[in-house]
Amino acid sequence: MLEVQNLSKSYGPKLAVDNLSFSARKGEILGFLGPNGAGKTTTMRMITGYLPPSHGQVVVEGIALRESPIEVKRRIGYLPELPPLYPELSVRDYLLFVARLKKIPSAQRQPAVDRALERAALGEQRQRIIGRLSKGYRQRVGIAQAILNEPPLLILDEPTAGLDPRQILETRNLVRSLAGEHTIILSTHILAEAATTCERVIIINQGRLVAVDTPENLTHRVKPTDTLQVEVSAPAEAAAAALRALPDLTAVEVLGQHQGASRLQVEARTLAAREAIARALVGAGWGLRELRPVELTLEQIFLSLTGAAAGAPNVPVAAAPGEPQSEGEV
Amino acid sequence: MSAIWAILRKEWKSYFVTPAAYVVLALFAVIAGFFFYSMLAYYVMQSMGGGMFGGGRLDVHAMLLQPLFFDVGVTMLFLLPMVTMRLYAEETRGGTMELLKTAPVRRLEVVLGKFFAAFGLLLALLLMVFAYVLVVWHYAHPHPGWASLGVAFLGLLLLGGVYLSLGLFLSSLTRTQIVAGVTTFALFLLLWVADWVTAYDNGRFAHIIAYLSLTTHLTNFVQGVLDVKDLVYYLSLIFAGLFLTARRMELAE
Repeated sequence: MLEVQNLSKSYGPKLAVDNLSFSARKGEILGFLGPNGAGKTTTMRMITGYLPPSHGQVVVEGIALRESPIEVKRRIGYLPELPPLYPELSVRDYLLFVARLKKIPSAQRQPAVDRALERAALGEQRQRIIGRLSKGYRQRVGIAQAILNEPPLLILDEPTAGLDPRQILETRNLVRSLAGEHTIILSTHILAEAATTCERVIIINQGRLVAVDTPENLTHRVKPTDTLQVEVSAPAEAAAAALRALPDLTAVEVLGQHQGASRLQVEARTLAAREAIARALVGAGWGLRELRPVELTLEQIFLSLTGAAAGAPNVPVAAAPGEPQSEGEV
Repeated sequence: MSAIWAILRKEWKSYFVTPAAYVVLALFAVIAGFFFYSMLAYYVMQSMGGGMFGGGRLDVHAMLLQPLFFDVGVTMLFLLPMVTMRLYAEETRGGTMELLKTAPVRRLEVVLGKFFAAFGLLLALLLMVFAYVLVVWHYAHPHPGWASLGVAFLGLLLLGGVYLSLGLFLSSLTRTQIVAGVTTFALFLLLWVADWVTAYDNGRFAHIIAYLSLTTHLTNFVQGVLDVKDLVYYLSLIFAGLFLTARRMELAE
């Protein structure tokens, strides 16, 4: 469906994307995961024909982008990081313009616009001026624009960035509902998002491919044990001792005490260990307040994968959650 | 083809849902109207004086319409950069360039769509001037010749086309509207006054510079003289601007 072969992009001496190769199968959702500035946007811009690659090529449904750019672009729907909207137009006028731009024949234009409005749940907003829409709605207009001509390949650059939690959920559901008939590539720097939405994940860092796998396998590869946090109303040492007595735990660490409860972190080899922990603590007569798996953060996966691939110094420092997002990507 | 039409329609919609086009049209009407009124009043005064001292009739084309056409050219020089400065700079800044560049259309189609849209606005401006000319034509005896009026309007259209095409190119070089506007205006002003060099220098280089002047070529048109040399000059500048803009779009940001 999509073949990316040895794709590179350099800006002067700086390599933004370095010899990247991967492929996408028909109908799958492929996650593109990496910290800000990893080259996600640059790669997507090269696939969509916005940026010419320095080296390598992009092939969609057997057609090379370099040889027949118009034919390839006809097969791609693209939602850039910033939805490409004209704030002065109404939603309907904007979509009609895009329909003309994408050369949808005049008889099919109105039905195509109606269908896109419906899929993006924008029916009520069709007459509104885009400049007055909320961010969530603008994002949906951006998605409606991308799916307008039913392209086999959809490229979505950070489709949930900057949305509120409800909008994120809606957008994820929309993306999932589009899979199957479309092949979707979406970029994100949030691991959880890739894990819930994507069937396969490509991790890139500093323009290079770090790993391609399913989210579960990646998590497992990085961390074979299950990390759990426990809060229990018991003296820390007593609780720790009780937990160390359990067979499947490899490490037990006391994190702290407060308001009569202790917080501990343990490493478990199996899922069944969670039940054993609960039984042991409750059986000892203590109140179990919390037993929570600690999700790996993207940073940890990176630290682990990139550290293993290229030796310790090559570790990304960017993209800690809550850090202001850098404008590193060009 | 259909993409050119799509862009043209969208541009016109954008022109007229924002105040931009109305402001340009209204200000042009005020300025050109003032020029016309002043020149007409001056012409009437002169011709009355001429009549009193038994002089011949004054040539309405040379005395009234030619200066008017020239001043229309100057007014466009001031106003059209404000039309072209946003054409590309706004797309780059607003992110819509990604839509245009990744749509299944050729770069030249986008460029032509934008050019023809702005050209439509230019036609509307010149239509106002045409109304003044109609008034003059109606009251002047003998009537000024249609052929020379037609040539003069063709000259203004071509001059406006050069403004738009070069302005489009300069707009494609920057993401800041004001930078596009100021550089466009500066270039036009230089091209407008370039023929001054022949006033103090008669060398070959000075003549080349003077040849590049927009004014030199407009003079013939305004006088009702159609010269291939002038046509080639204007048309090649228009094509150069459009071609460079299309090339510019193919390059990376």
